Amino acid sequence: MDFRDTPEEAAFRAELRSWLQENAPQRAVEGGRGDFEALRAWGGRLYDAGYVGITWPEEYGGRGLSPTYQAIYLEEASRADAPNHPGVIGLNMAGPTIIAWGTDEQKQRYLKPLLSGEEIWCQGFSEPGSGSDLAAGRTSAVLDGDHWVVNGQKVWSSYAHKADWCILVVRTDPDAPKHAGLSYLIVDMHAPGVTVRPLRQITGDPEFNEIFFDDVRVPRESILGRPGDGWKVAMTTLLHERGTLGFALSAELERMVNHLVDLVREEGPDGRRPADDPLIRDAVAREWIEMQSLRFTNYRALTTLLETGIPGPEGSGVKLAWSEANQRLTSLAQSVYGLHAQVTGEDAPWNGFWQYWQLRSRGNTIEAGTSEILRNIIAERVLGLPKGR
Amino acid sequence: MDFAFSEEQEQLRGFAREFLADRYDDVRLAELADSETGVDAEVWPKLAELGWLDAELTFLDQAVLLEETGHRPLAAPYFSTTVLAAPALDDETAEQVADGRLTATLAWAEPGMRQGLLDPAGASVSDGRLTGQKVLVPDGAAVDLFVVTAADGLYAVNASDAVVTAHGGLDGTRRLASVRFEGAPARPLVTGEAAAALLGRIRDRAYAAVALEAVGVAQRALDLLVAYAKEREQFGKPIGVYQAVSHKASDVYVRLQEARSLAYWAAWCVAEDDPMARQACLAAKAHAGEAAVFACENAIQGHGGIGFTWEHVLHRYYKRAQWLAAFDGPARDQRAEVAAFLLD
Repeated sequence: MDFRDTPEEAAFRAELRSWLQENAPQRAVEGGRGDFEALRAWGGRLYDAGYVGITWPEEYGGRGLSPTYQAIYLEEASRADAPNHPGVIGLNMAGPTIIAWGTDEQKQRYLKPLLSGEEIWCQGFSEPGSGSDLAAGRTSAVLDGDHWVVNGQKVWSSYAHKADWCILVVRTDPDAPKHAGLSYLIVDMHAPGVTVRPLRQITGDPEFNEIFFDDVRVPRESILGRPGDGWKVAMTTLLHERGTLGFALSAELERMVNHLVDLVREEGPDGRRPADDPLIRDAVAREWIEMQSLRFTNYRALTTLLETGIPGPEGSGVKLAWSEANQRLTSLAQSVYGLHAQVTGEDAPWNGFWQYWQLRSRGNTIEAGTSEILRNIIAERVLGLPKGR
Repeated sequence: MDFAFSEEQEQLRGFAREFLADRYDDVRLAELADSETGVDAEVWPKLAELGWLDAELTFLDQAVLLEETGHRPLAAPYFSTTVLAAPALDDETAEQVADGRLTATLAWAEPGMRQGLLDPAGASVSDGRLTGQKVLVPDGAAVDLFVVTAADGLYAVNASDAVVTAHGGLDGTRRLASVRFEGAPARPLVTGEAAAALLGRIRDRAYAAVALEAVGVAQRALDLLVAYAKEREQFGKPIGVYQAVSHKASDVYVRLQEARSLAYWAAWCVAEDDPMARQACLAAKAHAGEAAVFACENAIQGHGGIGFTWEHVLHRYYKRAQWLAAFDGPARDQRAEVAAFLLD
């Protein structure tokens, strides 16, 4: 057991830290409202400097380093308060799935522009009638000559309004049992028949979207795996989403704890310092401890990953715990200002930062697997309890 | 970055688990907890044979043992001797501990004043004789030697020279005692500022040890809950299919893993004398103590009526969890110190 960086890791960290200091732009206060083109440019700079796709194979534009370096990147980027690369769906979901299932042509075509942020990806999994029950999706694709013809509707699709490509789960065999009738397509979001309608979230921002597919023609070869493999391919995507996000989440929580510490040390609108209130001190300490517990749980899962190639089961709870911690933390921050926290616009405290993130945090226990589904997964796959369905 | 115990440490864990499971099944644990002393009088020489008392054990080696003695409580003053007292002992007594000839504990709290491990002591020594009153002494009626905090340092006093009042305890295998010293012969161990620094290190170590034991307790409570949820049937199905039950188990699992991560971090910090040791140990003790209580309470609920009976083993773990959570003050005390690091 040793928590210190190796000399190579320490060198990587030091170089990254000074690079971020010189290059990282100020992060937009309100997550959904940032300037997307500026973010895209930032993604390109990160890529040119070698900080995107750190763990990806070199032949696809990555650096072929161990996940430890990705963890270091996430920690340092969060400590520098640097913005995230705008291509999160591509980096965390589409990319790893293409690496696992794609043909050589597909890898050559899609991976580099994905890493550099030139091409943005979105995900078409959930439908109005099938959310957690992904395999109940009804969006269909029917073969017509050299093309799939896609019809249906997807929902809760982040970045769809900016996206060039969509990873889309469709039903290609209506007669097969529910899981066996699915396929996994790569769809051009600029193709005729694709309509994106933004959905306003409770924050007021259109961060995610509905996507309508109306006789959209998709080349026959734009499929990952074979027809009928859709469920298996989608599981790769989701496993990767849940498996590698841990450090991003604990790093994000570290950033929020740091902001919370700044907030409570300032004098509030009533002239008092929240940090002088023992109840607030207790709550802040609790979230710092929670953040450390998630960081080190990630390290344990990572150690198992490095030893066995499979992340340790302990990491499976990180998203669940993080989402609830982020909700508690942001609610605490809002409560510090009392009724002042209700004032929006130019007079909003902290320029609306805590308003935005408190409301946004309610999505954390829903997106990327609801907490109910995550608890089922832990109960069934980690603890071996009998399946309820 | 490497967050795994060594092969030797995992081997040590395996032997410990086997030894403890053999010797202390749930029936034997209940017998010992309900016995007059709460101590397994024959086990101590065996611990020496097993190497658990070796001075060469690093704190990381000991960490795996402490986790296991939480999983299957060891009815002996192991925590008191090796965690609380050993760091203060002189060469002669340390050797006796290593040979299995001596057990010891730390006596710090006094009536009518603040009772934290780092609070000042009122007991005093003159002409090599110690006078004072100590309370809440862990395993106080089960050891040969007391390490006593006095106003100017730490002293060793033989138990035979003290007046010991044993208390009954909720946790029958780790009871507390009151100890009175009336001019008892006392050997100085450490004095002055070195004593305060040593007590700080003892407290860090004790917090890490408490956290590790708490992880073992929480793991056993989860094991029991999961096993029961698989086998107990109601409405024609094992109760583990119902999310009201299975989600409790998932929540316990998540909290347990968090606690384990913090406990290992704290143990490593203690072993390496890392600059973050103080914060890590505060965090681990606060979180793991509460996690163990949470695990036991959910396991009791998940068992229904049987989990609420004296006959079932769960309450033994619940009481150990409460003991650990209460050690040197509840979690909010440790969080108050963490807050001081963050906010002041």
